[in-house]
Amino acid sequence: MSAFGVTFRRELALLWAGGGALAPIGYFLGATLLVPLAMGPERTLLQAAGPPLVWIAAALSVMGMLERLFQADLEDGSLDQMLLSAPPLELIVFAKGAALWVAIGLPLALTGAPIAIALQAPVERVPSIVASLALGTAGFVGVGLIGAALTASVKRGGVLLALIVLPLFAPPIIFGASVASGEDVAAAFAILGGCALGGLALGPIAAAAALRLQAE
Amino acid sequence: MSARGPFRDRPSIRVEALSLSRGQRVLFEGLSFAAASGAYVEVQGSNGSGKTSLLRAIAGLLRPRAGQIAIEGAEDPSLALHYVGHANALKREASVRAHLHYWAGLFGGSPSEDYVAQTLGLGPVMSLPVRVLSQGQARRLALSRLIVAPRPIWLLDEPAAALDEGGKAVLNEMIAAHRASGGIAIAAVHEPLGAPPSQAVRVAA
Amino acid sequence: MFAFLANPARFMVFSAWAAPVLFVGALVLFATGIPWALFYSPPDYQMGDTVRIMYVHVPAAWWSMGAYAFMAGASFIGLVWRHVLADVAARAAAPVGAVFAGICLVTGSLWGAPTWGTWWEWDGRMTSMLVLFITYLGYLALWNAIEDEERAARLAAILCLVGAINLPIVKFSVDWWSTLHQPASLMRSGGSAINDEMLGPLLTLGGAYLLLFGALTLMNMRAAIFRRRVESAELRKAQS
Repeated sequence: MSAFGVTFRRELALLWAGGGALAPIGYFLGATLLVPLAMGPERTLLQAAGPPLVWIAAALSVMGMLERLFQADLEDGSLDQMLLSAPPLELIVFAKGAALWVAIGLPLALTGAPIAIALQAPVERVPSIVASLALGTAGFVGVGLIGAALTASVKRGGVLLALIVLPLFAPPIIFGASVASGEDVAAAFAILGGCALGGLALGPIAAAAALRLQAE
Repeated sequence: MSARGPFRDRPSIRVEALSLSRGQRVLFEGLSFAAASGAYVEVQGSNGSGKTSLLRAIAGLLRPRAGQIAIEGAEDPSLALHYVGHANALKREASVRAHLHYWAGLFGGSPSEDYVAQTLGLGPVMSLPVRVLSQGQARRLALSRLIVAPRPIWLLDEPAAALDEGGKAVLNEMIAAHRASGGIAIAAVHEPLGAPPSQAVRVAA
Repeated sequence: MFAFLANPARFMVFSAWAAPVLFVGALVLFATGIPWALFYSPPDYQMGDTVRIMYVHVPAAWWSMGAYAFMAGASFIGLVWRHVLADVAARAAAPVGAVFAGICLVTGSLWGAPTWGTWWEWDGRMTSMLVLFITYLGYLALWNAIEDEERAARLAAILCLVGAINLPIVKFSVDWWSTLHQPASLMRSGGSAINDEMLGPLLTLGGAYLLLFGALTLMNMRAAIFRRRVESAELRKAQS
């Protein structure tokens, strides 16, 4: 099997063994549950504030999964083995990102459907919200790889990771929340897709460069 | 069973006037040695003298401060060497078998389950996750990378750590077979592994 | 010029006089520009005297972005050619750029209060500047979090270059977003046309900020190089 294949399968298995999407989805649900509790259940308020808060919660859920993504590999010596294997590190990093998206990003996007409905989003808009979350989480994972790699050697680097990644999350959040609120959907979708593609292209390259330095 | 016949290329390593540093601290300067096909080199030195750094530099993981490291006779440099470090590079939740298959895919080799089960004695724990293994069993699993994908150059950092007498015997046999097939083994050790090395390298500041 | 300065010893000789010269130049330009801006330039026909905040605000915005561009260039050189001085330069420029961005945000807020009637408006440029400021903070925090200086320099350089790609995208996104969320009439893009009498003091102060940036960056670099020398001297003493 190819290096991409074995890495993808192994990462997926490890993510599942570590609880899979359970914790991030629970966090996603819990964080969005706090919205009506804090704002009151009024329908029009929720309709306005719901979509953006879904996006913030999704971004934070992905962010929570990033801290250990490479730190564990650095500590247990796996990173050395990845560096010494024949396939380029960029490919291995990409496979790790792809596994993270399948294990966490997709389930989060699907969870977005019931959450959007609970926050009084019009039902006909739910499919586009789920699709935009799928694209958006791919973008989050892509640029998140960079933050995870840069902070891999920093103990308790969670806050630093968040600080580094937040400006990179801004574009997907802007266009994702636009899709969710039904504003200029087609253009927002196109740009959101661009963000995801850009993140997935740039992320592994920058992350691999950072990881080579971390291994020294 | 992996192909353990003689390597197509007869590898050799030449280290010339090598200086290594960690941060601003210079570990050692002006180290030179050479190892030819079939050599077993023991690297000795006190704690913190830079044994691990030397192995990492040869592996290409650490950039030298000055000097040259030349690995010759290896067709593809990315297929030239194995590094077994202090850390075993194991995942607690993955099984022994899953590790073998992962390495076979990553490095390009065969899982060699029979060899690992019988010679390295991991047969009974083959399906169990790494977290239930003893320290010695985990070390044996890390060493099985050497068998899963054949590489002409082995870089071993305290390979006998946590191994019992039986484990050490197997390790010595592995190194002997590797040398016989033309490979090079370089081990950083506290105390000699047993088999007499073809040369010893001392690192000191 | 660049190859000449790439040698740290020559750099120390050069910067020993360049830093004070730039600093004095900045003082002279400030001494001309500030009275010019405050007393001898015309008030805006709409904003009145509050337009004078512009002379502090706009150059800070220019050179906070300019400093980032400088850092990105230095980071690129540091990564590709592994040049120590480029690393030091990028690190030295960061706090200056961050402070400029901070000045821009604070004066923007002060300017907003009388003209827009609010201390903070989520307009495209202010929001982008806020993202730039956060990017600066992340850069400095990453540098401080990693002990090994060489590794910190390279990792921060990667972050700086990623930020250099990200910031134009953020600028574009935020512009798109602000036209979506507010009527365009609230923010006339570019403000009222700047007349020639305002341009003089603005450019003078722009020059003053630039010279100040150069002086402070050189001083930071010198401090970093001195600190490194002291550390390695102490290390040698401890090892021998």
